[in-house]
Amino acid sequence: MSKVLVEIDNLHKYFGKDEVLKGINMSIRVQDVVCLLGPSGAGKSTLLRCINRLEEPTSGHIYIDGEEITGHGVDLNYMRSEIGMVFQHFNLFPHLNALENCTLALIKVRKMRKKEAEERAIDVLRQVGLENKANTKPKELSGGQQQRVAIARALSMNPKLMLFDEPTSALDPELIGEVLDTMIDLAEQGMTMIVVTHEMGFARKAATRVSVLDQGLIIEDNTPDKVFDAPEHPRTKEFLSKIL
Amino acid sequence: MNFRDLFHYFFNFKFFIITLPDLLRGLVVTVEIAALSLTLGFVLGLVLAVIRVTLKHSGTAGVLRILNFPLVVYIDVLRAIPPLVTLIVVYYALPFINITIPRFWAAVLTFVVILSAFAEEIFRATIEAIDRGQIEAARSLGLSYLQSMAYVVIPQAFKIALPPLTSRMIAVTKDVSLASVIGVADLLKKARAAQSLYANPTPLFSAALLFTLFFLPLVRLSMYIEKKLAE
Amino acid sequence: MESIIYNFFNVEVMIRARYLLWLGLQVTLKLAFLSLLLAILVGLFLAVLRNLRIPLLNALIIIYVDLFRALPTIVLFMLVYFTWPYFGISLPRYWSAVVALTINGGAYFEEIFRAGIESIDKGQTEASRALGLSFTQTMFSVILPQAVRVVLPPATSNALELIKTTVLASVIALPELMKQAQQAHGSLANPTPLIMAALIFLVLLWPLVRLTGYLERRFAK
Repeated sequence: MSKVLVEIDNLHKYFGKDEVLKGINMSIRVQDVVCLLGPSGAGKSTLLRCINRLEEPTSGHIYIDGEEITGHGVDLNYMRSEIGMVFQHFNLFPHLNALENCTLALIKVRKMRKKEAEERAIDVLRQVGLENKANTKPKELSGGQQQRVAIARALSMNPKLMLFDEPTSALDPELIGEVLDTMIDLAEQGMTMIVVTHEMGFARKAATRVSVLDQGLIIEDNTPDKVFDAPEHPRTKEFLSKIL
Repeated sequence: MNFRDLFHYFFNFKFFIITLPDLLRGLVVTVEIAALSLTLGFVLGLVLAVIRVTLKHSGTAGVLRILNFPLVVYIDVLRAIPPLVTLIVVYYALPFINITIPRFWAAVLTFVVILSAFAEEIFRATIEAIDRGQIEAARSLGLSYLQSMAYVVIPQAFKIALPPLTSRMIAVTKDVSLASVIGVADLLKKARAAQSLYANPTPLFSAALLFTLFFLPLVRLSMYIEKKLAE
Repeated sequence: MESIIYNFFNVEVMIRARYLLWLGLQVTLKLAFLSLLLAILVGLFLAVLRNLRIPLLNALIIIYVDLFRALPTIVLFMLVYFTWPYFGISLPRYWSAVVALTINGGAYFEEIFRAGIESIDKGQTEASRALGLSFTQTMFSVILPQAVRVVLPPATSNALELIKTTVLASVIALPELMKQAQQAHGSLANPTPLIMAALIFLVLLWPLVRLTGYLERRFAK
């Protein structure tokens, strides 16, 4: 059994009076590929964004590799640099080309020298199959290519963990495949991943675990086969019947 | 009024040549004030905008947010009051409460604070217009707040801010001649002095000519920048 | 602190200076109103003329606009007041100020209205001419109403600037608000009137500053 990388302990999140996360408990191990599924508004994205504190948890604790990211006096920037995040709308920096998007944090956060950073950046761009687009600006790339650059950007920091927030929801259908393939490659290389997605095919193929959220609570948490073929919770059955 | 009189009065070549060196000295002073005011005003405006944006969105406790109010007053007051009025208050009224500033610096100070108020509003609007996802992406990579602002947000905001900012900077540069009212030896003051001395309006026209030659390219440049960035 | 109150907010001085400042305010308002009106008319007229696309006329208009947007307004004031007498045209200060403000303001308004007219899709003109409307009818019933939406934010901003520029008339000794305040400051040896004038301008113009900001946000593309 590999070690626990992410430990979420009784996480609650309120937006004003609305309780969006009602007590989440999760343990994610190294090399786990966890898919978070569930109806809209269930709190999946919020949960994901709490992990790197883009959303501030209202109460509860989150531990990354033993260190509490929700603790006081923690070096949040450092901890974030060890977690990679990929956004639904890519959020590439439009004024920088693909290479520069990947080197910015390497230079400013890891304090690498430009040459070193560029070598690393070319490596990760190669990994996602886009090293020939290194000097291209985001607006000249297709949606799928932009998202792959975004994945490369996150990878360049050599993170322990990758978070994906509906990475293909904003893509045209014919471009989804290339991104999912990249993600599957990553999973096969042993990256620990937490993915919020509606792509059931990906979940079945690449996930080691599927957690179903509904109204702020985890109602089902099992291997993909068990969740898809033999769901236990009635709401899970309801949800799956609507989308499958 | 025939053509000979016209030339004797307005385009008197002799007077033009005699007064030119003095006028050029005045132009140098005008340019000095303009250069100082534009750079310092620009920088101050940017700093104030970043402060205001940070105060607004940081969700810090009420203590720091109270700072927002004096900032808003500063910005609104300096944009509403005519520059000449501000200049006269700075130079003539402040000495009464023991703040005496030499003319040249009174002019520079006035134009710096006025430009900073306009620049702050422009920068703030453009910074706030940048999609939130940009900061989120930058922070999630481990960049600090200031690094995210410096390397991701502000470069993008800058492009959008440039057209209104350049036209405002040109307006301030033209206002620099107001310094002559408090006695600064700029181009306009020199021209008026020469005109009284020689009882001939040629120096004033020469000054007008110099101003136009100086500003016309700037106005055209700003129109070009506006067009180019409108894309 | 007491020094600030005594020198800047001296009640006794305020009372003694109030009539002078009131006179000055009246002059400022008259000047602002008239110049603004004329500048808008000049700008509108020139912009419409420019739309006719007659090459020579266009060239002249462009020269006018470029020249008077480049020339600092204070220089223009002096040119009008001090040099026109040499031409045999001796205008009283008030009218010199009106002329200077109108010439300058007109140049800026022309650019604003031109941008407004040009922002209207060419198809609009074509459609209305195809319906048989004349040039004037097209202009006033179709183009201009649409252009107003585009024009309103920069026009209010420019109007604000013009009102602020009336202060320059003090430089040619017109007894507008600033000049009167300086007068009072001189005779009462206390700068309170200057502060009062500043505050009056603030009260007068701050709403316009806010309005401009609101319009800019509302009509932003």
